[in-house]
Amino acid sequence: MRLRDISINNLRRRKGKVLFLILGLTIGITTVVALVSITRMMNEDISNKLDEFGANILVIPRSDDFSLSYGGLNIGGVSVDTQTLKDSDIQKIRQIEVRENISTVSPKLIGVVEVEGKKILLTGVLFQEEVRLKKWWKVHGTIPKSRDEILLGNEVAVKLFKSTNDSLTINGKRVRVSGMLEETGSQDDFLIFGDLGFAQEVLKKPGALSLIEVSAFCISCPIEEIVSQISRGLPHAKVTAIKQTLETKMEALGHFKKFSVGLSVIVLLIGGLIVFTNMMASVNERKREIGIFRAIGFRKAHVIKIVFSEAFIVGLIGGVAGYLLGLGVSILLGPVLTGIKGGRIFIDPVLGVGVVLLSVTMGILSSIYPAVHASKMDPTAALRAL
Amino acid sequence: MSLIEIKNLSKIYESGEERVTALGEVSLNIERGEFISVMGPSGSGKSTLLTILGGLNHPTEGEVVVDEIPIYQLPLEKLADFRREYLGFIFQSFQLIPYLTVIENVMLPLAITERSNREQVNMAVEILEKMGLEGKRKRLPDQLSGGEQERVAIARALVNSPPVLLADEPTGNLDSKTGREIMELFRSLNEEGQSIVMVTHNPESVAFSSRSLHLRDGKVVKGDPRQEREIGSGP
Repeated sequence: MRLRDISINNLRRRKGKVLFLILGLTIGITTVVALVSITRMMNEDISNKLDEFGANILVIPRSDDFSLSYGGLNIGGVSVDTQTLKDSDIQKIRQIEVRENISTVSPKLIGVVEVEGKKILLTGVLFQEEVRLKKWWKVHGTIPKSRDEILLGNEVAVKLFKSTNDSLTINGKRVRVSGMLEETGSQDDFLIFGDLGFAQEVLKKPGALSLIEVSAFCISCPIEEIVSQISRGLPHAKVTAIKQTLETKMEALGHFKKFSVGLSVIVLLIGGLIVFTNMMASVNERKREIGIFRAIGFRKAHVIKIVFSEAFIVGLIGGVAGYLLGLGVSILLGPVLTGIKGGRIFIDPVLGVGVVLLSVTMGILSSIYPAVHASKMDPTAALRAL
Repeated sequence: MSLIEIKNLSKIYESGEERVTALGEVSLNIERGEFISVMGPSGSGKSTLLTILGGLNHPTEGEVVVDEIPIYQLPLEKLADFRREYLGFIFQSFQLIPYLTVIENVMLPLAITERSNREQVNMAVEILEKMGLEGKRKRLPDQLSGGEQERVAIARALVNSPPVLLADEPTGNLDSKTGREIMELFRSLNEEGQSIVMVTHNPESVAFSSRSLHLRDGKVVKGDPRQEREIGSGP
C-alpha cells in the first residue's frame, strides 16, 4: 500500500462530495476550452472571410509628390513619375515567402481624364480582383467585362448625367457604361472604373501602376511581417499597412479574447474556491484520521502528500472531463453563439494537455492551505477526542 | 538499562489564568518485556501519560528516554519516525480507518516505508493470521464485530514489530467475554516478549498485567496493588 491508495480509497468513500469537487473544476475547464475553441473558430472565420474586409496593405511608388489622395492616403507618382510601379510588380508580390497569406492583389492606375468636357479621375483596375476586394460594392447593371466598358461611381454618374448602357468619351475613346455603383461613401463615388489595360492606354502609361492594394492576413504572424517582405521584393515602392481595415474586426475579436480570459479566470477562481472549501471541510472531517496517521508515525509531508494526491486525482478527472465537455459545448453551441456557419472546432492535443495541467495545478494550488492545515493538526487534540 | 525511563515528568495545561496539573513530577522505569497497566480515576493523568510516552504530547518538564533515546529532544519529524519504529498504538474505540479494508488498515504503518507491496502484504497477512482474522482481510471495519475490530487494531499496532505497545482502554468498548479474550491475547503477546503499557479502568484487565500503576491527581500513588507498594511519586 502506498499513500496514493489512501487518497484513492478516501475519494471512493466520499463519492457525492468528490463529484461536486470534480464538477467545480470541470465547469471551469469546460469554460476555458469552449472560449478558446470558439475564439479560434472566430479567428479562422476572419481568415476565411478576409476578402470581405478589403485591402489591408497599400503599395505605392516611392515619390516626393503627394498630389493625389486615395482612401485617405496620399499617392505619389501620379503627376510626377519619379518612381513607378509596373505590372511585373504584381508577380513579385505574389512570390514573397508568406505568399499563402496573400488573398488578393489588386493593381490600379489612376489618372485625370477628360470626359464630356469635365476632368475626372479614371481608375484602371483588374475587375476580377477589385470585386473580390470590395465585397460591399453594389452595382446597378454589370461589372465591365471588356476594355470598352466602364463602371461609374455614384457621384460621377450624377455629375455626368449618365446611366447604365449610356455611352461616353474618355480622352477621345468611346466606351459604354455597363454599371453604376450605389453610393459607397468613399472615394469610389468620385471615380470612373475601367479596365487596367484601357486606363494604361488612355493615360498613355503602358505597364504602369499608381498603386497596388493587397489583402493579406496571417493568424500566426503580424501584418508587419508581410509588409516587410513585400518591401524587400519592391525596393522602389512604399508599402503601408492599412491597419484600420482588419483592425476593427481584430479589435472586436481582441475584446472577446479579453472577455474570454476574464471569464475563464473568474470561473477557474470559483472552481478553485470550490476545491478549497471542499478540501478544508474534508480535512476538518478527517481530523481523527489525521490524528491516527500522525500517531502511527506519518510525517507532516505524508499528510500533505495524501491531500495533494487527492487534489491531483480530482484535477486530472476534472481536466479531462472539462476538455471533452468543452469540445462538445464548442461543437454544439459555437456556431449558434457566433453565427458562424460551418466553423471548425479543432481537437488540439496541446490545448488538451494544457487544460488538464491547468486543472491539476488549480486543484493542487487550492489544496495547499488545507494540506498544510491538515499537517499541522495536533495529533493529541485528535486523540483526545477518541 | 530500562526500555523506558521517565524522569520527573510534569505536564501542566494552561487555559487563560487557569493552570491544570495533569502530571506532576512522575518518575518511573519500564523494563523490556514488562506488561504495565495504568489505572486511575478520570482526570488522573492516565491518557496524558500515555500520549507523552507515545511521543505525541510534549511534557512541560522532565524527560522520556526510550531505548536510550531522549525522545523530546528529537526534531518533530524525527519524533514521527520514532513513533513509527518504536511504538504500536492501540486507541480507544479501535480507531480503524473506515474506508480501508482490514488488510489495508493493518498495512497503514507500512505505507510510509520503503517496503514493497508484496512485503507489506506478507507482513500484514502474517499478523492477521496470528489474530485469527486471515479470512476477513478484504472486509471493511464496519463489517466486523467489536472483538474483531480490536484484533485488527492490535494487528495494525504490531505489524511493524515495535518494541513498545501502547494501549488506551483496549477493552473499553467490548463485552466482558470479548474483553477477556483480548486480554488473553495481550498476555500471550507479552509472554512472547512484547513490552506493553496499557491504560485501563477495568480491574479485571489489570490482573493480566505484570505490574500496575495507580495514578491520582497526576501522581503515581501506588505500584503493584497486590503489594501495596508506592513506587514513585513527586514530593
